[in-house]
Amino acid sequence: MISPIGWIIIWIGVAFDILGTIGLVRFPDVYNRLQASTKCVTLGTFGIMVGIFLLKGFTPMGIKALICGVFLLLTSPVAAHALMKGSLHFGTKLWKGTVVDKYGEDKLGGEQIDKNG
Amino acid sequence: MRYIIYFIIGFCLWLLLTLSVNLDHLIAGVIVVLLGTIIFGGYFTNKPVKFLQLHRLFWFIIYIPFFIWYMFKANIDVAYRVLHPERPIKPGIVKIRTTLKTNIAKVFLANSITLTPGTMTCEIDDDYLYIHWIWVESTEIEEASKIIASPFEKYLRRIFE
Repeated sequence: MISPIGWIIIWIGVAFDILGTIGLVRFPDVYNRLQASTKCVTLGTFGIMVGIFLLKGFTPMGIKALICGVFLLLTSPVAAHALMKGSLHFGTKLWKGTVVDKYGEDKLGGEQIDKNG
Repeated sequence: MRYIIYFIIGFCLWLLLTLSVNLDHLIAGVIVVLLGTIIFGGYFTNKPVKFLQLHRLFWFIIYIPFFIWYMFKANIDVAYRVLHPERPIKPGIVKIRTTLKTNIAKVFLANSITLTPGTMTCEIDDDYLYIHWIWVESTEIEEASKIIASPFEKYLRRIFE
């Protein structure tokens, strides 16, 4: 009974991974792409790990998969945050459709919105 | 004191990872965890007794399904924006204020915001957080804080403060 549930969760995870990757191609600038890839890939990969745990149970492989999933939940937002702050400080412009940029106003002396691209 | 607790937690994690009580594995574990404790123990919490307070654990267990539900909603939201032919996005960076005081609570708030619908933390600056929002609903500090941060704050305050 537990095995089909595990497979279903794994396939949901794979589907979210694919959606995140499509978002990486379709969205216009670094910041929106990070949004899509971080959220979808975190839940997708976490789903795959939980699915493996359900398939394998309390074996060394299952426990390792579960611990990897928890580490992923803790570290992936931090990595995305570091990438985002890095590109803001590097001077990557925001997409032209951006409506507000408080960070640029407060810290970088003016909105960093790209008028042409 | 906090070094000892850090060592115990690290060693339990090692035992979970290896799932064997071989002498070799235990010795390697002690060496690795000692190294980790020496390097990172200084950054650990000042009040390890917080781990043993049951009401914090209780709220943490309540928080996990709540958080996973929000994460699921976030993914449906991104899936909708990705697959919609017109790509409905209106991004922007807004500023919000948090009422949480301790560092660890702020870190968890930032991580939670990153994994929930349409929002992502750029920077923490004392009480203020800069959030990249994929569909800006309000640029006012108070209103944006209410929409983005307040669902998590009431849980995190009970867990970490």
